[in-house]
Amino acid sequence: MTALEAGLLLAAGLLALGPAGALVAQRTGGAAIVSGASAALATAFVAVGLWALLAAGPPVRTVLPLGLPWIGAHFRLDALSGFFLVVLGLGGAAASLYGIGYMRHAAAPGRVLPFYGPFLGAMALVLLADDAFTFLVSWESMSLLSWALVVSDHRDAEARRASYVYLLMAGLGTMALLFAFGLLAGAEGGYGFEAIAAAERGPEVTAAILFLMLLGAGSKAGVVPLHVWLPLAHPAAPSHVSALMSGVMTKVALYAFIRVVFDLLGPVAWWASPVVIILGAATAVMGILFAIVDGDAKRILAYSTIENVGVILVALGLALAFRANGMTALAALALTAALFHVLNHMLFKSLLFMAAGAVLSATGRRALDALGGLIHRMPVTAVLTLVGVTAIAALPPLNGFASEWLLFQGILQSPGLPQPALQLLLPATGGLLALSAALAAVCFVRFYGVAFLGRPRSDVAAGAVEADRWSLAAMAVLAALCVLAGILPGAAVDLIAPAVGQAAGGRVPPQLGNPWLTLVPVAEVQSSYSGFLVLVFTTASAMTAAWLVHRLASRRLRRGPAWDCGFPLADPATQYGAGSFAQPIRRALGGTLLAARERVEMPPPGDLRPARHAASTEDLAWTWLYLPVAAGVGALAARLNGLQFLTIRRYLSLVFVSLILLLVGLAVWN
Amino acid sequence: MELIQGLLVQGVQMLLVLVLAPGLVGLVRKVKARLTRRRGASLLQPYRDILRLMRKEVVLAENASWLFRVAPYAIFAATWVAAALVPSFATGLQFSWTADLIAIVALLGSARFFLALAGMDVGTAFGGIGASREVMIGAFAEPAMLLTVFTLALVAGSTQLSVVAAFMASPEVGLRVSLGLALVALVIVAIAENARIPVDNPATHLELTMVHEAMVLEYSGRHLAMIEIAAALKLLLYVALVGCVFLPWGMAAPGSGLAAHLVGLAAFLAKLAGGAVLLAVFETAIAKMRVFRVPDFLGAALMLGLLGTLLLFVSRSL
Repeated sequence: MTALEAGLLLAAGLLALGPAGALVAQRTGGAAIVSGASAALATAFVAVGLWALLAAGPPVRTVLPLGLPWIGAHFRLDALSGFFLVVLGLGGAAASLYGIGYMRHAAAPGRVLPFYGPFLGAMALVLLADDAFTFLVSWESMSLLSWALVVSDHRDAEARRASYVYLLMAGLGTMALLFAFGLLAGAEGGYGFEAIAAAERGPEVTAAILFLMLLGAGSKAGVVPLHVWLPLAHPAAPSHVSALMSGVMTKVALYAFIRVVFDLLGPVAWWASPVVIILGAATAVMGILFAIVDGDAKRILAYSTIENVGVILVALGLALAFRANGMTALAALALTAALFHVLNHMLFKSLLFMAAGAVLSATGRRALDALGGLIHRMPVTAVLTLVGVTAIAALPPLNGFASEWLLFQGILQSPGLPQPALQLLLPATGGLLALSAALAAVCFVRFYGVAFLGRPRSDVAAGAVEADRWSLAAMAVLAALCVLAGILPGAAVDLIAPAVGQAAGGRVPPQLGNPWLTLVPVAEVQSSYSGFLVLVFTTASAMTAAWLVHRLASRRLRRGPAWDCGFPLADPATQYGAGSFAQPIRRALGGTLLAARERVEMPPPGDLRPARHAASTEDLAWTWLYLPVAAGVGALAARLNGLQFLTIRRYLSLVFVSLILLLVGLAVWN
Repeated sequence: MELIQGLLVQGVQMLLVLVLAPGLVGLVRKVKARLTRRRGASLLQPYRDILRLMRKEVVLAENASWLFRVAPYAIFAATWVAAALVPSFATGLQFSWTADLIAIVALLGSARFFLALAGMDVGTAFGGIGASREVMIGAFAEPAMLLTVFTLALVAGSTQLSVVAAFMASPEVGLRVSLGLALVALVIVAIAENARIPVDNPATHLELTMVHEAMVLEYSGRHLAMIEIAAALKLLLYVALVGCVFLPWGMAAPGSGLAAHLVGLAAFLAKLAGGAVLLAVFETAIAKMRVFRVPDFLGAALMLGLLGTLLLFVSRSL
């Protein structure tokens, strides 16, 4: 049995978990069995993906007699899909492990279990598809199954609204993909990926396909301004499904972009890359700004996903720019940074969504302003979450920094590009990326500081209990992988190399032979970074300092009331909360970008009403793009509504006139 | 032999920055006092303060968590490692390839991250106000810093500080407008990062405008001592950084003899003293600005950094 057949069998197994889940959902322990089975199948996907990466042979293909008769469904396993299968397998296994514990206290497991396994299976089929038809069917199944998971809590009006917006945006995205594949197939209509890759097309068609892919894959990945559904839908799902949607499904969308633009499309003109880079930079900065001003723990994580997708998109745009100029090694460097960040973001975002889910199960609250002091009540979750926030804030020696560092190295190579437009654009993009990384640190100091540190702001937070063992195990695995990928970035880069080689046609130098696990992307005289040594040095100096101080100076300690400049206030509401912590950034950057407004209602002297202060922000994409479109559609529908109440005579003349018009149109057309 | 020398230089560097850092703070305070016609405390006062704090009992707030107790050591370690990787008196640091300038800046970012978290831990209004403002300053300072790094990397072809310093000392650099802009941007970032006037006032207490001091308000005893050392190390790091990139003269090249290293040491001490005097004069001459003016101040650094980079593209000779 080849690895591809194994992968297809595993996907079939995951699809079969759907009916099985529907059957056993009501039994006690049924959810645990189904989640355990999907964890095992997802782990096997990691093995399949690793095999495809390490074997690095030519792509394996097969045709199954499914779908359209006489055509069948084509599947293929190569290094690129192998890498994304590893991402899918790791994320799916961790989420399923978490689900064993989490589903135990789910209100209605029957609304989650039948869709959970097939959702994973559909994502795997997207990665394995080798013709446009199979790809689109798998893609649409993935969208619909995740929609069903979003709406699983259907009593919540917010979840219903989220699922509605999601369905509309998913439809728009699939339509864009449909047109993109139509153009890819061309007039001859070869829908197999091999035929598409072999076909020749003009620069206008190439550009049109690229923009359709940005629309189709970008709407699924959350590129600004197509992001509006994401912060609604991702948080509405059960927490381990949120982890999958943010950690894995956005990556499947990026896979679609990479597969089409880097692998199938052929050469892309350089002027397409600034569009991708600008979109990516805008997505990164806007995503993290939204995250900073939001007060809902899971929505903050969803907005931060948008930021990370933006970072990856910048790296992809950079790779396109280098490739268009024939600088293969540098294109490989940028693409390595992109794929490494894909892996890293899956790890820490899944971890953080699971942590938010643990907090949600323990307190029943998602609003940061209802939490606080959880480091005392949920000590293990707090440690694991700390690893996650440090990683996502791009701080050394964890993995988020390693991939952003690689991307900065790629940007530093941009002076070699011949086009002045790119030369001027990329330093500014580097500044914006640094801004979004620094804002991510702001966002996650706020996230962790308000939820886990300080004093509890509600009774439920004060009475929270630690998460169950399964959930903790899943989070611990992800946290350990975050640390490993941070201190062994060379191993990750070498592992990614075959996938990069396939898409970019080159590779960065092998890293594992470097002394002290150092990462040397171009040459040591230019730049190098060793996460391992940074970890060893900081840990050693911290331990030595602590030991010396305790040994030689003093180890006495006394507990007392907080000092707070002499006026400690007992009310936990006097702590800094989510809104107050965001205030400096909201004032400094939110004025135009978020339309942030602050209103103070000060009653006149003598009036007994309290003074009030209200701060508001809005998403300008809603205000300027979606609401006008929605209003236009609504007005048109209201106008057409009149057609329902005509007399039979008018209907007959309407039919007659439209018939005439159609005939005239036909006559003119021919 | 070369390895032994490299390790020796690295070891001396680690101890040197640690020993000199409080002295630098003392010198700045002394000069500031003399400028305002006060006599001022002895140069050794910061050392005495730190030793006194070390021996004192820690008074910990009742609901402080383990993070509050671990953070001072983590902050100290991250800052110390960063400071040990900036060439001060010799360019041949054994471990300079561990982290390039971007990673050094990010290590300082880690220190800030944990300091801000520690500020949030006790759950007081002052801790939160300090943390939220500190991270805002960081959010503007880091991109400005990165654009400066970008300019340097374009000129020197590397982000490795030892290589940059060696290149800057070579005659092929010449006078460039871009480097001047980068210097101004770097100085603005250094002032903001070290909580100096006009961004923050290191001498303040019990003021609503304080940032750094508000964050560390709950710390006492040895914990406060570690944070004070870390703050002093950070100041020294930035002075050493400006020195090694823009005034690289006198630094001992790798493999040179003892005399060259002693010259390097003397030059480093002179650079530190010069930096301290200039900082003190600047701080005395200027008034502190409102917190919400800080983004404009740092935005200027950001624009200067970007301008420096763009100038390099427009004309290779500027």
